[in-house]
Amino acid sequence: MVSIQSIPSEPGSLTPNDLPWVIEHREERCTLCGRCAAVCPVNTLKLAYMRKRMPKLVLSSAERGSSYKTFVGIRQNTEVNKRCIGCGSCAMVCPNEAIRPVFNDSDRHRFQNTKGGEAPKRGGRRNDPGPSLLDRISFNRISMLTDPALDAGRHEFTMNTLLGRVLPPEEYVRRQMSGEWIPPVREIFPFIIGSMSFGALSPNMWLGLLQGVAYCNEVLGIPVVMATGEGGCPPWVLKSPFLKYIILQIASGYFGWDEIIRAIPEMQCDPAAIEIKYGQGAKPGDGGLLMWFKVSKLIARLRGVPEGVDLPSPPVHQTLYSIEESVMKMIQTMSMAFNFKVPVYPKISGSNSAKSVLNNLVRNPYASALMIDGIDGGTGAAYNISMDATGHPIASNLRECYLDLCAQGKQNEIPLFAAGGVGKNGNVTQNGMALIMLGASGVHMGKFIMQSAAGCLGSERNRCNVCNIGLCPKGITSQNPKLYRRLDPDKVAERVVETFMAIQTEMKKVMAPLGRSQSLPIGMSDALGISDKDVAERLKIRYVC
Amino acid sequence: MCRLALKTASVPFSPFTVLTAMEAMQEGYDGSGLGLLLRGLEFEDYKYNGLDPILSGIAHTEASLFRLNAIMDERGFVLNYDHEFEVDRSKVEAQDRYKYILRVYKQPVSWGTLSKDQVEHELMMTRLALRADGEAHNEDLTAFSLWPNVAMIKEVGWPLGVGEALGLESGRIKARVCMAQGRQNTNWGINLYACHPFFIQGIGTMTNGENTAFIPIKDWLTGKGYPGYLGYQSDSEVFTHILHFVIKQLKLPLQAYKHVITPLKNEELAVHPQGDFLRGLRNVCRRLIIDGPNAVIGTLPDETCMLVMDAKKLRPAMVGGKPGEWAIASEMCGVDAMIPDRDRSKDFQPMREHTVIIPPDRQELEIWSQFNPFLLNQAA
Repeated sequence: MVSIQSIPSEPGSLTPNDLPWVIEHREERCTLCGRCAAVCPVNTLKLAYMRKRMPKLVLSSAERGSSYKTFVGIRQNTEVNKRCIGCGSCAMVCPNEAIRPVFNDSDRHRFQNTKGGEAPKRGGRRNDPGPSLLDRISFNRISMLTDPALDAGRHEFTMNTLLGRVLPPEEYVRRQMSGEWIPPVREIFPFIIGSMSFGALSPNMWLGLLQGVAYCNEVLGIPVVMATGEGGCPPWVLKSPFLKYIILQIASGYFGWDEIIRAIPEMQCDPAAIEIKYGQGAKPGDGGLLMWFKVSKLIARLRGVPEGVDLPSPPVHQTLYSIEESVMKMIQTMSMAFNFKVPVYPKISGSNSAKSVLNNLVRNPYASALMIDGIDGGTGAAYNISMDATGHPIASNLRECYLDLCAQGKQNEIPLFAAGGVGKNGNVTQNGMALIMLGASGVHMGKFIMQSAAGCLGSERNRCNVCNIGLCPKGITSQNPKLYRRLDPDKVAERVVETFMAIQTEMKKVMAPLGRSQSLPIGMSDALGISDKDVAERLKIRYVC
Repeated sequence: MCRLALKTASVPFSPFTVLTAMEAMQEGYDGSGLGLLLRGLEFEDYKYNGLDPILSGIAHTEASLFRLNAIMDERGFVLNYDHEFEVDRSKVEAQDRYKYILRVYKQPVSWGTLSKDQVEHELMMTRLALRADGEAHNEDLTAFSLWPNVAMIKEVGWPLGVGEALGLESGRIKARVCMAQGRQNTNWGINLYACHPFFIQGIGTMTNGENTAFIPIKDWLTGKGYPGYLGYQSDSEVFTHILHFVIKQLKLPLQAYKHVITPLKNEELAVHPQGDFLRGLRNVCRRLIIDGPNAVIGTLPDETCMLVMDAKKLRPAMVGGKPGEWAIASEMCGVDAMIPDRDRSKDFQPMREHTVIIPPDRQELEIWSQFNPFLLNQAA
């Protein structure tokens, strides 16, 4: 037995087996090309010369002894900040399938990831794998006899939704007759690319998304819009005709708004909408966070800050005294800045208090919508604890708000948009349509579109999730040209288009059997069922088993 | 599936004519019930002035009839005429029909100072009070309508059989407009309120087909907080209430109904002379868009009759006739039964963009297309 003192062991010492991802290396396949070590974003891999004893089984004492073999093996760094993140870049570049990360469920690194007193931060979304509640909802009201089902392949479908304050019909007719102001309303595709900032995303990712969105609108006639997130918008976009596909976000750091305000006189068209961010699902009560790794020269210029500093936005908008006043004044100010021709709406994180925000908006004639982001929402950077444990699931939050509007007869006036985990397990259309039938006018998806359009590797088993430190192995969330050049914007655009085409087809496949084609089935809760009595009761949908 | 028949004529006729049309279409429905709406009434034994409100309903027990009388007395209604149906009880399936109500009342004297809108509101509130009273007493009182010149009958059974059971063939009641529908709501169990036609403030409609957008429409109408928007034992009742909303609340012309329930597409609105207004109307009335398959047949207080289709799936319905009398039915044999001596080449089956309007003078059909503009003068 070796005494413990002779082994370098500290409280924080970890072995590869204690890490969430363990590198599996097959020496017999390895060509020693070194690409894996070169590509690893966290430098966890080291090729090392190793020696092993080759015992001989001989009986004569004269020939006894051992011979040794030298070989090249993989050493996996066990430091917490250099642990394998499971991204699989090594496997991607290996010519011989000699290496891959393997998930290890006896992870002990989580007890040690507070080195230097720093609470763990990361990108991604809540590490809660498995089917989400939305995944478990099914569409049960099938038209067959008295109402024949529609043909998803041949019928025409109206699937767009409205973003903007919709007047009560009586008031609309009155204002039309007297020539008064009618609030702006946009007709958009109900699946929206959610707020991801120019700063969080790489320039290539942003360009690819915008190209894809423009193609959807101008060639396919699918009116997709995308939101910028905090941090402004490149000036060339602000002055381009593509601005009409963009929802500009203003958040508590007001980053990028100098550029936007200055660009107003030169704008060729109005933006799709203005989103005022009060909260987000991934980190409720926290402002945006762009870590110093990603504050490149370009981002610094766009945001009007020095390079290489952390950019934490405050948790609330500091300019005004109370939140009600802030909401009211900001909505009015932004409406006025765009000449009352652009819908302005707040985005909040899912919360027990969402209904009170909603009821404030109902009484504000300029409020155009409410966007609620649930606990499963993604982010580029947040504290682990915020992401995993803080927030409110979207389904019941949205449903409560919708039913509250119904009780007031105002469900058509303030459209509700929902986000947070839409497409978490790939079922984006099913998740989105479930939310729509629970009462959402549309859904935002961020993480899903990164996964679908750009091959984001992140998962809820904490795979990759290093968006915060600018080392994205796919070049999606990095400001380092060496990394983001890996991402071809044209290819991203192609995938954006393919994604929306598929969503559109799947929407028809959901709507046709329900006998719906003339309008988006918002609030058609009689079509929904779930095999969980408590959930059914809470959401006021049918229990099926 | 329901079968529908409507006849409108300048000369009052017996509703039994319309029941023969139902009989002609018998292969198309289950004959589980009858709903009738009569307008422009004439009684053999009473000279009706066309202005006094008529109460239609069923008192299922003696007690409920007493309560009905009490409610009407309390509000100041004076009974002018009580139509006694010659009921053959052996032909009525249900055993709890104490009295079929069809009574003409003199409206309360105290309403003399009220405006037309207020009187209409009070009439509706009285009907709702009767309905609520029945609901509070184990459904022993059913009130279908309380309105000048409108009578309604709803009963379970084979339509022609119900007509015979109530003695409708005797010609004691005649009307200028008669709507009939031949089915109880067998989807969800029998409830007399679930039987078409539906009625609110002089407006009546009946519908062929299922309403897949029922729940969102119902939620929206209920949320309006308007006292008359209730019931919804049938998914088709919302069609009546939408028509009421368009005409009475929005004060838009009948044509706008089509634009509300089946709005045009963007590319069609782009070339429509009223495209901007209609696009806005589509937005604000988005929750009232129907999804078919439906044919909606309706009548208005001025005896205008109309027929519209959903935008895509289209339930069968056609219109035919001649100056002075017109018929709308689910099948051609139904129209034949009601008006055999017409020029059949002029029969018309509306398509998705059409609203067929038979104006009160009944001289010619107006086939209005949604692609054409309409006058907005009512709203101005």
